[in-house]
Amino acid sequence: MSAEPLLSVSDVRVRFPSGSSLTSLAGKPRGIEAVSGVSFTLGRGETFALVGESGSGKTTLARTLNGLQAVATGSIRFDGQHLVGLSEAQMKPVRGRMPMMFQDPVGSLSPRLSVRLLLAEPFVIHGLSKRDLNAEVARLLALVGLPRDLADRYPHQLSGGQARRVGVARAIALDPVLVLADEPTAGLDVSVQGEVLNLLNDLRDRMGLSILIITHNLHVVRQIADRMAVMYLGRFVEQGETGAMFRAPHHPYTAALLSANPEPDPDKIHNRIVLPAEVPSLVARPSGCEFHTRCPCAQPLCASDVPPPVTIGASRLTCHFPLSVEAPAASASA
Amino acid sequence: MTLLSVKDLSVAFHTEGGRLEALKRVNLTVPANRIVGVVGESGCGKSTLINAILGLLADSGEVTSGEILFEGDKDLTRLGSDQMRALRGQKIATVFQDPMGALNPVLSVGRQMRDIQYRSGLSRQQKNERSIDMLRKVRIPDPERRLVQFPHEFSGGMKQRIAIAMALMMEPALLIADEPTTALDATLEVATIELLKDLQRDIGCSVLFISHHLGVIAELCNEMVVMYAGEVVERGTTHEIFHNARHPYTRKLLACDPARLSRREPRLPTIAGTLPDLRNRPQGCIFQPRCELADEVCRMAPPDAAFEGSHVARCWHAEATMAGVSP
Repeated sequence: MSAEPLLSVSDVRVRFPSGSSLTSLAGKPRGIEAVSGVSFTLGRGETFALVGESGSGKTTLARTLNGLQAVATGSIRFDGQHLVGLSEAQMKPVRGRMPMMFQDPVGSLSPRLSVRLLLAEPFVIHGLSKRDLNAEVARLLALVGLPRDLADRYPHQLSGGQARRVGVARAIALDPVLVLADEPTAGLDVSVQGEVLNLLNDLRDRMGLSILIITHNLHVVRQIADRMAVMYLGRFVEQGETGAMFRAPHHPYTAALLSANPEPDPDKIHNRIVLPAEVPSLVARPSGCEFHTRCPCAQPLCASDVPPPVTIGASRLTCHFPLSVEAPAASASA
Repeated sequence: MTLLSVKDLSVAFHTEGGRLEALKRVNLTVPANRIVGVVGESGCGKSTLINAILGLLADSGEVTSGEILFEGDKDLTRLGSDQMRALRGQKIATVFQDPMGALNPVLSVGRQMRDIQYRSGLSRQQKNERSIDMLRKVRIPDPERRLVQFPHEFSGGMKQRIAIAMALMMEPALLIADEPTTALDATLEVATIELLKDLQRDIGCSVLFISHHLGVIAELCNEMVVMYAGEVVERGTTHEIFHNARHPYTRKLLACDPARLSRREPRLPTIAGTLPDLRNRPQGCIFQPRCELADEVCRMAPPDAAFEGSHVARCWHAEATMAGVSP
């Protein structure tokens, strides 16, 4: 890993407009902050996982990194270049080096293009159509372990796993340095999930790729991510080294999330931290620590004061009363 | 007592490429008051099985052999469409994977919950009261106010709980749950499993729970059935299957789940090979082309399940794998 991280994100905020002009007349803030003050770095060859409940801002953050979503404030530095404020034309080459794998494997492929055209498309878009595209298509199919004759099929003729591999091939077409993988294994069977993750790991090892992966599956995170961040209402509540966070989560939300992981063992006794199901709305964020409405350890202080950032070991978190002992859920993996 | 018993069920679809055998000689039973899980990968016939039970097979599909006995003597494969319609929603209810798709977006939740009670003969007021009770049971806060709201005003987890409330409204004898937690986050998934367990106990119904998520099956189900390429390859209690799987496919499937790896592995386990073409099933054992233990016998004839006890594995080598290393 070189001295400067591949990606440094600093205090990034993303806002979506909402509400009418009447809400602003009433003195309430207009719009919601879907990503709120997120800072992290990602090194070369590193895999970083984003976890959190639906609506916590994971996908919005990924889309913001490669300019599909505008930044309100904050800075993003990628491979020595500042990305905030770049024009569409300036962003285009950046996206070739930082492609996104979208969530739905079949839905993210145009139903009217054959696999051959889908794989040639990145080269055409980036003005590289002078290359021998048939050779490039063959190279990409081989890289992701798909048979050559698949090139003439259409997305609806592919299985979920094959469609996902085509998505991976499209993402790595232009020799990227960072792949943003949004739920790359959601909806895939466990055996196919293993194949796709092995493929991503291989590519990372062979091409020196960095990977930012968004996933609900915490077992996947534990297997492939070097570092991870837990998002809640658009903020990072805790980030750190994966192994350490699984062994000893310090934020009560991380602990609850890890303890909610269904285990394939009918005899396991669960010490679950059950959270009230109602996630607060981004329109009306709770006061103080935003997790206090669901936190099992909340104190009066949590409802009034915003917790300061704290560092424990390699983990950074925002909590007034971080957990210091090993959480019951984490001991299961020992 | 057995509530549902599927015997030697085969279902075929007529496709352009020829006859496709989607289910082949499927046997399973759902005892009263039990939760039975069906696990298997895409294309293993889980959905076809549900549709066959519900009498909702596509026009191109037909039951080619076997029977589906419900409450002892009713063979669902032989009931007319009126008789089936009378069962569905009353005696057999279903919860589907996509909670948004299961609810009508332009009708209020209260209206939909009233509509589903159309056969009950209750007054509008009574129907509303039952709806409120049911929403409370599935832990929707402030149900009186919520009743007039529309599906888009609820979160994904709440919508799935509403779908569960609607399915259980008529206190069915059998609830079929088709991947009801797949679209949910881990925290909501666990909450939904706990809710299903509690409701099942309250109502005393049986549940046929379809999932490809092994962790969910382990936590929820008493018994389970493992399907591969349209066949039941193994069945037993959840404990037996997770701790002493005897079919090579089950063992591989379990090994693939990253949750079962105690430490970080450089390569995640996978199952080599691909599903067989169901239009042209391999001779002998269905798993034989991908199985390391396959020998001449496996390639010649399909294994006859030794149907002794609760734990059955359709494999010529079941005894050997049992004696082998424990998973």
